[in-house]
Amino acid sequence: MSLAIRVIPCLDVDKGRTVKGVNFQNLSDAGDPVSLAEHYGTSGADEVTFLDISASVEERATILDVLRRTAETLFIPMTVGGGIRSTHDVDQLLRAGADKVSVNTAALNRPDLINDIAEKFGSQVLVLSVDARRAEGKFEVTTHGGRQGTDIDALDWISDAQRRGVGEILLNSIDADGTQDGFDIEMISAVRQVTSLPLIASGGAGTLSDFPAALKAGADAVLAASVFHFGKFTIADVKREISHAGFVVR
Amino acid sequence: MIAILDYGSGNIRSAERAFARTGNNVVVTKDSELISRADALVVPGVGAFGACMSGLLSVQGDQIISRHLAAKKPLLGICVGMQILFDSGTENFTDKSSLNSNDSLSNDSNVGLGILPGVVSKLQHPRLPHMGWNTVVPPQGSTLFRGVESERFYFVHSYAVPYSAQALPGATITEYGESFIAAVESGNICATQFHPEKSGDAGLQLIRNWSDQL
Repeated sequence: MSLAIRVIPCLDVDKGRTVKGVNFQNLSDAGDPVSLAEHYGTSGADEVTFLDISASVEERATILDVLRRTAETLFIPMTVGGGIRSTHDVDQLLRAGADKVSVNTAALNRPDLINDIAEKFGSQVLVLSVDARRAEGKFEVTTHGGRQGTDIDALDWISDAQRRGVGEILLNSIDADGTQDGFDIEMISAVRQVTSLPLIASGGAGTLSDFPAALKAGADAVLAASVFHFGKFTIADVKREISHAGFVVR
Repeated sequence: MIAILDYGSGNIRSAERAFARTGNNVVVTKDSELISRADALVVPGVGAFGACMSGLLSVQGDQIISRHLAAKKPLLGICVGMQILFDSGTENFTDKSSLNSNDSLSNDSNVGLGILPGVVSKLQHPRLPHMGWNTVVPPQGSTLFRGVESERFYFVHSYAVPYSAQALPGATITEYGESFIAAVESGNICATQFHPEKSGDAGLQLIRNWSDQL
């Protein structure tokens, strides 16, 4: 008996549609995030994450419709990130069917956002998403998908966010993201040293053996996008691999 | 008709959809008159124990629940909706003090409904919240877990009622650092610390097992 490692597919959504090429031949509309989430839900995903990359507030309203429609048929936890700036935003997302929300840039701009959300809805709804890269002498927090540095030390930021009340950390390596060269193991280990919160590793998965390596470094869950969307691996492939490495899966 | 008690913020939509899936007529409400006509009551709950209790009291949820139970009608508590059925909880309105064990506030206690015996306290595990899919050990002959005894269910919480066989016979237990009460089946009261509405097919089956008794 023990807690299972979570395998989480991430869907990038823009104006209510899935972006990043998705080529599932058995889906009638692979651009529909609702169909895609259902596909993952019935393929053994332990949670589903939507990352809303819509530019404007009006476009962003479409994620509420995606959540409502997904909640009709998918009964596993759903996390939503992207553009969350206030407790009002969180309330809307939760009411539409989200179970957790992830904050990133807005929390960097105004760290009290973390306290506000945790006090109103509880720590269990709040994921801190951290896009970090290697910099001189530290792991630096970035914004805008890694294009802008902040000079903030990721380890300091994660410790601060835990004190403020986040319930989970989503750590994305900007250096590894998209390379398929494997997760940034050193970064995962370093973050594991400074937080007792559940830790989701993201960025860099390219081969099946990358997944157990991230778990050995201290991750409790693994998140990936393109390797799942392009059909390079299935959720079941990843679970089989991490199970063979001695970790518990569902 | 199944009534889901609406007493504050949080995601009750998925609970509503999951119960509707079992073929039941579901209404999300805080209207005590409507609830008095319901066949069964679901008490959801997310967030901290104290915040949930005050939300519950603000809609006279304590009276709604005691009237419902007095009428011998079935009740299902979920997550913090289960925790508040117990005597008390040690969790504060915000979870911050729990992150610092030296904080004097961490000894504060919140009074629960006292319908079930036990104190909801912080789990003894270095990695909190307990977040994800875990196994359960239901009692022999459990109705709630029929057919899904070996399945995993989705948990997300840092507090729970520690298990002791004397205090609550017939409880379902889960292990996370310690043995805690994952579910209760006691007369017309059922409750789960995990989220059946977020536990995929196994969770839907559990909901069906519960609502089939109505």
